[in-house]
Amino acid sequence: MSRRARPRSGPSLGVSSIAALVLLYLVFPILVVIPLSFSAGTYLSFPPPGFSLRWYENFLGRSDWLGAASLSLWVGAAVMVLATALGAPAALALVRTDFRGKDLLMGFIISPLIAPVIIVAIGIYFFYARLGLVGNPFALVIAHTCLAVPFVVINVSATLQGFDERLEQAAMNLGATPWRTFWQVTFPIIRPGVLAGALFAFISSFDELVVALFVSGTSAVTLPRKMWESIRFEIDPTIAAVSTILIVLTGVLFLSAELLRRRSERLRAAVVLPDLPAKDALRSV
Amino acid sequence: MRRLIIAAPAGYGNAGAGSLSLSSVSRLERGPERIMSIIPVDRKTPSRTRLSHPALVLPLLVYLTAFYAYPVAAMMLRSITEPSWTLENFRRLFENPVYLHVLWLTFRVAAIVTIAALLLGFPVAYVLARIDRAKSNLLMMLVLLPFWTSILVRTYAWMVLLGRQGIVNQFLLAIGAIDEPVQLLNTTFAVYVAMVHILLPFMILPLYSVIRGIDGNLLRAAEGLGATPIGVFRQVLLPLALPGVSAGCLLVFILALGFFITPALVGGPRDLMIAVLIQQQVELFNWPFASALAVVLLAAALLVFGGFARTLGVREALGRVSR
Repeated sequence: MSRRARPRSGPSLGVSSIAALVLLYLVFPILVVIPLSFSAGTYLSFPPPGFSLRWYENFLGRSDWLGAASLSLWVGAAVMVLATALGAPAALALVRTDFRGKDLLMGFIISPLIAPVIIVAIGIYFFYARLGLVGNPFALVIAHTCLAVPFVVINVSATLQGFDERLEQAAMNLGATPWRTFWQVTFPIIRPGVLAGALFAFISSFDELVVALFVSGTSAVTLPRKMWESIRFEIDPTIAAVSTILIVLTGVLFLSAELLRRRSERLRAAVVLPDLPAKDALRSV
Repeated sequence: MRRLIIAAPAGYGNAGAGSLSLSSVSRLERGPERIMSIIPVDRKTPSRTRLSHPALVLPLLVYLTAFYAYPVAAMMLRSITEPSWTLENFRRLFENPVYLHVLWLTFRVAAIVTIAALLLGFPVAYVLARIDRAKSNLLMMLVLLPFWTSILVRTYAWMVLLGRQGIVNQFLLAIGAIDEPVQLLNTTFAVYVAMVHILLPFMILPLYSVIRGIDGNLLRAAEGLGATPIGVFRQVLLPLALPGVSAGCLLVFILALGFFITPALVGGPRDLMIAVLIQQQVELFNWPFASALAVVLLAAALLVFGGFARTLGVREALGRVSR
């Protein structure tokens, strides 16, 4: 084969530069918020007139902001536990057993992720309004869990799908009880998947605005809800400081979830299959 | 020839990443699994020793029925039962040109956002899928960082960028394109720019994983046989990437239909989308009417989903959405 006819490999320069521009469009707005949060000015002007930490001080010194942040952490943690407790066993049943209507059931469990959130939000709001639960943080946990549970089911299912059940059979052939087999063989292998699902569940609640907008009333104001009000009524760089904290926090959490997911794939691959696909976790709005 | 031989194992390694879905098609693409299939695994026979039971799904089923399905169903029922059995709420919706305009606008915005996201997302997905793993993992972070950042934060970022004193206006003033700041925020333009920004990763991720699964040798073969770059795109790449295109478009369109936060914050008074209208009606205590709007929104979403599900297969569509 002659040198000239050798097909070139990789994308051309034209396509690559378009891709680079689109990537810039994706990242630029987020990077702009960060310097703004260290601004010394009282207004959102760019470039910032000087460096200061006053907006972080403002965030940390105001009880309404801190209260909202701690409520969000608390609700997120509760949602994480509840969603994992409900979702992980369900995934075990969905992946490992066959029964009629399984596909339909899977669709139903994942549907909170696909249905427009506003529909779920007003459905739950009307329901809570009748029961007098608007503004109750526990009610918020219950609502957020519905939206968070698909992440657990999806992550745990993915981990279970590549699981080689011969490992369990071997354990049981060697005399282990099913209970012991589960905790000593199955769980250690699927643990990263379970943890990743739990983290996704936490973030989905920590980030959630639309349901909170209706259900949190005036007494259970979460961080996104507080930010929403702040963006609408008092535009100052405090919100940029909060945003920066959130960008860093969710970045770290997602990175851990991603690493856990990869670890779970490596673990599975190491024990059984030579190579398994990296699944790109999609996050709902 | 040597190049093709060297490329073959790389193609194999990539093949696995194509499976965003639970489908059997993508399972075929997982090259290395075929090696394992030499060893028989009896996955079909339910054995006593399997550590599971269908009943494990029951707690979740009960939970979701009580706290999710029932409230949503009751809300939708409200649209035809209040004040008494009636279709009045829907009549009001479809007879009033204002509400019809909101519906039309919602569809138009969702369609334009979907097309824009496809046009912008395809080159990114293609480049990320065709460069080597280490580089693409690094660049993928640029897609994932915005994807992970809260929608509220991203919408706020656009408010900062597009405001009267915002960076975009200052830039345009500095290069002399405009003489005084132009109104960018609270316009339809702002809605498009911010929504495409927020939804773009939902397009890129499924596209990326499908294109990654395409055997690079096919593209090289087409080039080697004399196809122009456009020919390779139209006759080889696009047909093979079609599942990713439909999955991405489906996701973006359905999410865009129900978008609330972004249009509410960066849109102008004339950019009323259905989700914002629903929220306004709830605040005005027009609950039955808000429910009727929600029914229409859900029906639209299901219709689109059903259309795609028919072409893709439900499992495929769901699998792609869920991973």
